[in-house]
Parts: sequence; structure tokens; C-alpha cells
Amino acid sequence: MSDIIFKLTGGVHPPQNKHQSTQRPIAAAGIPNTLVIPMSQHLGPPSKPIVAVGDRVLKGQCIGATDTLKSAFVHASTSGTVVAIEERPHNHASGLPALSVVIESDGRDEWQLMPAIKDWHLADRDTLLQRIHEAGVIGMGGAGFPAASKLSTDKNIHTLVMNGAECEPYITADQMLMTERAEEIILSCELLMHLLGAEKTLFGIEDNKPEAIAAVNAALIERGNDNIKVIVVPTVYPSGGSKQLIQILTGKEVPSPGHSSDLGIIMQNVATAVAAYRAIALGEASISRITTLSGDAIGEPQNIEVLIGTPLSQLLEQCQWQPARADRIVIGGPMMGYTITDTSLPVIKTTNCLLVPTREELPPPPPAQACIRCGLCAEACPVSLLPQQLYWFSRAGEHDKLQDHNLFDCIECGACSYSCPSNIPLVQYYRASKAEIRQAQADTEKAEHAKQRFEARQARLQRLEEEKVAQRAARAAAAKKRAEEAATASAKKDEVDPIQAAIERAKSKRAGGNTAATNESVNQVTKLEKRLTAAKIKLASAETVDSDKVPVLQEAVDKLTQQLAEAKANPVTTSHDAAVDPVQAAIERAKAKRAGNAAPASPADEIAKLEKRLASAIQKRDMARDSMPDKLEAFESAVATLEEKLAAAKAKAGE
Amino acid sequence: MALLNVTSPHAHGPLSTATVMQLVLLATVPGIAALVWIFGAGVLVNLAISAAVSLACEAAILKVRGRPVGFYLKDYSALVTAILLGIALPPYAPWWVVAIGACFAIGVAKQLYGGLGYNPFNPAMAAYVVLLISLPVQMTQWGAPFSNPAMGLGDALASNLFGSVDAVTSATPLDALKQGIGEAGQTFGSLGGFGWEWINLAFLAGGLYLLWRGIFTWHAPISMLIALAVMAFLFPNEAQGRIHSVLFHLFSGATMFGAFFIITDPVSSATTPRGKIVFGALIGVLIYAIRHWGNYPDAVAFAVMLLNLAAPFIDQYTQPRTFGHRGARS
Repeated sequence: MSDIIFKLTGGVHPPQNKHQSTQRPIAAAGIPNTLVIPMSQHLGPPSKPIVAVGDRVLKGQCIGATDTLKSAFVHASTSGTVVAIEERPHNHASGLPALSVVIESDGRDEWQLMPAIKDWHLADRDTLLQRIHEAGVIGMGGAGFPAASKLSTDKNIHTLVMNGAECEPYITADQMLMTERAEEIILSCELLMHLLGAEKTLFGIEDNKPEAIAAVNAALIERGNDNIKVIVVPTVYPSGGSKQLIQILTGKEVPSPGHSSDLGIIMQNVATAVAAYRAIALGEASISRITTLSGDAIGEPQNIEVLIGTPLSQLLEQCQWQPARADRIVIGGPMMGYTITDTSLPVIKTTNCLLVPTREELPPPPPAQACIRCGLCAEACPVSLLPQQLYWFSRAGEHDKLQDHNLFDCIECGACSYSCPSNIPLVQYYRASKAEIRQAQADTEKAEHAKQRFEARQARLQRLEEEKVAQRAARAAAAKKRAEEAATASAKKDEVDPIQAAIERAKSKRAGGNTAATNESVNQVTKLEKRLTAAKIKLASAETVDSDKVPVLQEAVDKLTQQLAEAKANPVTTSHDAAVDPVQAAIERAKAKRAGNAAPASPADEIAKLEKRLASAIQKRDMARDSMPDKLEAFESAVATLEEKLAAAKAKAGE
Repeated sequence: MALLNVTSPHAHGPLSTATVMQLVLLATVPGIAALVWIFGAGVLVNLAISAAVSLACEAAILKVRGRPVGFYLKDYSALVTAILLGIALPPYAPWWVVAIGACFAIGVAKQLYGGLGYNPFNPAMAAYVVLLISLPVQMTQWGAPFSNPAMGLGDALASNLFGSVDAVTSATPLDALKQGIGEAGQTFGSLGGFGWEWINLAFLAGGLYLLWRGIFTWHAPISMLIALAVMAFLFPNEAQGRIHSVLFHLFSGATMFGAFFIITDPVSSATTPRGKIVFGALIGVLIYAIRHWGNYPDAVAFAVMLLNLAAPFIDQYTQPRTFGHRGARS
């Protein structure tokens, strides 16, 4: 094959260490007793559990669903019973726990298949996409991007790139898959080409996997598909990065910001493609994967096909690991993998490798020395960044410069750190800076939002203030006018004395006698209601206009409410008792006393009542001073009367 | 055994800063051998004094600064500075000239700026310039080529330390050219300056080795040599034709030493690929300008120091185009 290939920008050549795990064929892991299946194994929002504790589930049955393509469905990996749905430690670089469905297997491994789409080459795109989505297929090369989301691009795609580069040292999961199951991979290519409407497939495999290349080529010849081309690419890290492999195979750079689909190219990892194929042609959900176990502390390094949710410890034991020699456990490869310390974590869809090296094999990082600006990092960088400049900016916290130097184009491949002679953990600096910048941006947004809210509030308060001022002016004008009118009116005719009126009212009431008690109480209730309504209106207007009088008015309203309730509950007595009008009440009380027919109240009670009335009368007078100047006189005389009575009562009590 | 919890990458490349420095030291061996062959053992005495003073100075200052002495001495950077300075100084210069130079290079030009990685100037060149300006007499008395080889190490030591043995000195070919006192056979060799052509070839060999090992990239040295050659071609020496003028400048004085051992000092030079080309080319032009029109016979140190200061500026405007971005950033 004389295909032109292009040079990767930068890159490093770490020792491959692939031979250890390729000596044995892919083995099967047993069915574990308990499987922990996290709801977020993919990039994107987690799925929601759709089973309940106690439910019996079948292998391949959906247990976590989602309504967006950005997320992925999750399925039971074997048949059994759901024993818990709770947060469990998660196999993730963050170390944060994830909501997981815990299944106790029944050992029967009973399948529940989706209907197979045997004639997929006749099926339409949406059907196929829907199936891939429902089968929970996500990028199995490590990133975990939902496959249906990637494949559902609205761009015109002419080329499918199959990623069989597997450039990370130690990992051989894809290599073994290609070697042992090449026919399935070719069918997967045809399926994805059909789905995307792509004309051709470029199948990139690194030249350190001759068996895989031979197997795929043999399958290709047998299948006789000229549109799929295997392209052998030189071994260099990170040739398996999606943008990097596209550069090597086509010479084109995926624009930044942008996606490969902007070039008419979609890339899928071989394991992902096979998972998509099995979901469609066989109806199998994505419930297992091939995982490499390697490193010097693994007695029998090999690849194992394992059910999702299987505890890592089971795999480690199956491969005869030597815990005493293990220095760290890396999920993924030595360049981009993350370490875990808990072997009870589950295998998830992206777990392509368990690397358990000894201390001699991958020594702990030595202390960092000074940066000598040698530029080896810049030579290694596959995206042509200037890692050492970024390092200085990162240390100085210069976020603007970092962004100006395109920090966010960094793919965190680790080539710079690998090549740094001073052992500076460069990638760590970039990760930290990226997080800081994202945080700062979030904070800025938040602050901006708060500022907008504050300004809106200020505007509203100002508007209210202006309205208040306007209302106050209007009220003042109205009051002035009323006072003038009142003055002219009083000049014209004699003022009716409210006290006299009250006495007359009281007299007429008394004349009505007890026979009219019921009628009277009804009148009383009606009156009270009217007054309460009036007081409430006053209170409301005081609240909007001027808050000074609110407490006083509020008290009045409360009192009236109480009186009204009493009047309603006890019509006859309250009609006399309730001090509707202090003047009237005083007169009534005086008359009652004079009549001497009722048992006199105890002097202390008398005094307390009088004091209360006096307070209320004073309050009313004060209020009247503001709002009813014409009635002020009446209130003042009422207060005086009450004061006299109180003094008399006190004197009496003193006897 | 507790499992390590560290971030990626878990693998590390074979190169360390100490290895880089050791390779540079190794690559100076052919040049030093040529110097000894042509100027005698005085060169070795220079190197020994320079190395001893430099390391002592580095250790003392690290101690004062409260830094781990052993950790930093083991990076070999002080030794590299010492050797480069020792090579640059005239053989048979009095010992105190060498010692002052070493103290200045390490104490002022390197540690005062913050130590390895923080120095804006190439320490060896800064020290050389200070000595040249302060002590012009001692600094311009180069041994005459092939005049002192019979001098043993003891005589050389005596000459350096006590001035008791007089070494035969003469003007360098560049100096001679400047003063118009050059004569064929004594000033002009078959390629460059008489005797100096071999020294330059030896440093070229060492430099190519480092280039092959990937210690530095081709950009700065090649662009410097091309710029120097173009200048020599455009403005040849009166005494020589264009071609001879080009060869003379390429293979005389500190040309090759400067191109492969001085301007490739990563700390004080430009770091972007395009930046290195600009950096090297401007140094080449300056070297020729100072040699041809200026007052100093050799000009590498001055040219390098001027461009050292311009390096951050050059880097700023020569950022490479990031993958997937349309235009180069500046």
C-alpha cells in the first residue's frame, strides 16, 4: 500500500511495552457476584435509574435512561436483582462518587436482547442512530463521548477514520480486538459508512502491531471492500489522538475551535465501532469491554473481556497480581491514565487498561528542577503550543497570557512532561490553570449577573421613591384643600357636637331596651365591620406612602378585628362591653354605675380597663391630629374625661 | 504498601537536565583538544581555575540563598558555564583574570538573577565582556598559534599563576586583520584564521554531535552562520575576495564556538522556532558589523548579549501557529 501519510506535529517515543499483554488470547472474566454500574460512565449528564431496588433485571436490560443524545443509556451487564441504588465510589479521575445501580447476579446470565436489525444496510439513519443511542454505545478509547451524539452530525461526511492506532504504551485492548475479531471490525466500518453516508474509510494502525494489520488486511481482502483502506502509521505518541490521527492520515488540521466533522471526517475507535455494530446487528447493549492488564506487578498480563460493573479486584486476582510489588494502579496508559487506590471500583465502559507497574518500572516523579527553557517540550507538543511559556504564565497566574497562548488547545497528552529534562509536571500546571480560568470565568459571570440584579433593584427603588414623593405632594394638596373647605363650612353653620350626638345615640339605644338587644348587636357588628374596613384601607395606604404610622394603624386594625370577632361571638354583651367609641362607652358605663343594677367590677380591673381605654383614646387623638383635624377637639375632650375617670377610680381604689 | 496517587504522565523520558549538561561538556572535548594542540596546556589551566572558582562560587551562593547545594550542583550547569568561560579566555591569562570572570559569571550573571533558568544573559559571555572592557590588555594577549606547545602543564601553571614563564603571545588573526598587519601563513590559514580554522572545525564537530543528539535545534546556529556568511559576502574584507572573506569569518575567532555552544544556551536565547532563526540571524549580522566596522576584533560576546536582551521580545512576536488555528499568533 503506497498511501501518503503525513507527519505528526511533535510527539514522543516512550517505550512501547506492548508485548507483555499480547502473549495470551483474550480471556473471559467470570460473572462477579455483585456488579456496581455507575450512571455516568460517559461524557455528559448522568442517566437516571429506571429500576427499583428489588427488581429482577436481565442482561442487556436498560437500567439507566436519558432523554438527550449528550448522555448515554446504561444497561444491566448480567441477570440478577437490584440490591441498591446509591452513590458508590466511581472509577473516575475526579475520585468523586457516582449514583450507581448495584446488581446481585443470579449466575444465569440471561439475555434480554433488543430486536436485531439484520438488514441494517437498508435501515435508515435515524433508526440506526436511535439504536446506537439506546444501546449505550460510548467512545471506548478512553474519552467516553456518546457515539450517537458524534454520529448524528448534520455535516456532510465523506470519510470515516477508524482509530486503531492505540498509541499509549502498554495498552493492547484494541490491538487484540483487531487481531482476533477483524471481520466484525470490517462489518462495523461498513455499517458506520452506511450510517454516515461516507465514501471511504481510512483505517489507521500503528506499525508496532503487525498481527493486527495482517488480520485486518486479510479480513478486508476476504470481504472485498475497496472503500476501506488500512493505513499503517509510524509509532509515535500521541498518534491515536483524534486530531492527530486525522492529521497523519489526511494532512488536514481539525480547525480550532471546531470538530473533525468540519472537515467531513468522523473518527471512531475500533472498540466503539464494534459495540455499535453489535448493538445493531445482534441487538446487544454495550455491557462489556476488553481491558488490558499489564505492568510488572501483574503476574499474567493479558486482555480480558469483562462485564461492565465488575470490581477491578476480580480482574487483578484473575491476572495474578502481586499487591506487594504494586507501586500504583493506573487506569489507562502511562501517559494519560489516572491512578486509583481502591480496587473495589468497577470496570466501566472506558476502562481500557489497568496498569500496575512496580516502582522500578515507573519510578515516582523526582523533584522538579529549574526550567532551563530548553524547548524540548515545545518540540514534543503535538499542537504546537509553547509549553514552557505556558508554564511560566501558569506559575505567575497570568490568565490572559495563558489564553493568548492557546492554553485551551492543550490536549493534556503529557508529551511535554514526558520530555522535560527538569521533571517539571507541566500538564499538572495546565490542568490547574484551566480549572482556575474556568472558575474565574464562572465567577465573572456570576458577578455580572449580581451587578445586573443590583442595578435593576436600584432602578426600582428609585422609581418607587419618586412615586412616593408625587403621592405625598398630592395628599398634601388634597388635605390643604379639605381644611380650607372645612373652615368655610364651619363658618357657615354650627358644628354638630360629636359628644352630644353620642349621648343621644346612647340614650336612644337605652330607650330601645333589652328587647332590641339583638338588633343592636347586629348594628354593632355592621359598624365594627365598616370601621375595620376603613382602618384596613388606611393601613394599606400608610404602607405604600409613609411607613411612620404603620405600627399604630396596624394595632388599631388588630384591635378592631378582635372586637369584631368578639361582637360576633357574643352579640348581646359585647354590644355593651366593646368600647366602640370611648365617649359612648364612658357614658354607658357611667349610667350602668349609676343604675347600680350590675355587679361592680373590682377596682383594679376598673383601673386597668380605664388605663387601656385612655391609652387607646390618646392614640386615636394623636392619629386624629394628623388625619382628622376637625374631630381633634372631640377626641381631646374624650381623653380628658377618661383621665378624670381614671383618677376617680384610682382614688376610689385607694379608699 | 500504599499505592501512589499521582497525576499523569506516569512515564518519563530518558533526558535529565544533568544529562543535557553532560552532553554539552562532552561535545566541547574536540574543541578543547584543538585549543590545547594549538595554544598549549595553558588552556587546561584556564579551565581548571574557572571550574574550581565557579563551583565554589555556586555552592557558596546557593548556601547563602538557602537552596539545597548538592541538588543544584548536580545539574552541572555551573560546570558548563565554567568550561565555556575557560574556553573563551585567552590561554596564559593571569589566574585572577580567570577567577574574576568565573565569580562574575556565576555570582552576578547567574545567581543574582535567580539562578539557573532565570538569567537574562549568557553568564559566560557576560563575564567575558566585563573582563574585556575592564582588562583589555590581559584579554587581548592570545598565545601565538603553535608557539607554546612545548610548554608543559607545570610551565603553563607557572605562567598563569605567577607570570614567571613568559608565553609567546600575538594578535589573533581577526585582530591582525583589523590592524592590517596580516600576512599569509601567519594570519590566514587555508580556511580561516591561521590555527583558528582547526579550532572552529573541532567546535563544529562537537556542535553537530549535539544537534544529532537533539540537545538543540538547527535554527539558531544555522541562521547565524548563514547571516554571517551573507554579510561577509556582501561586504568582503579588502584584503580578501568574497569567497575567502566568507570562509575566513566562518572559521576564525569564536564563530563556531558561538554558533553551537553560546547562542544555543536555552536559558538566555529565544525559544520559538521562528524566534531562534531571527535570534541567530541578528547575532550573525551583529558579529559581522562589529568585526568589520566596529572597534573590537571579535564580537560574538557583544552580539550575543545584545540579542539576549531581545529574546523575550522576539519570542512574543514569533509564537508558532497552534494546531488547527488559522494564522500565526503574534
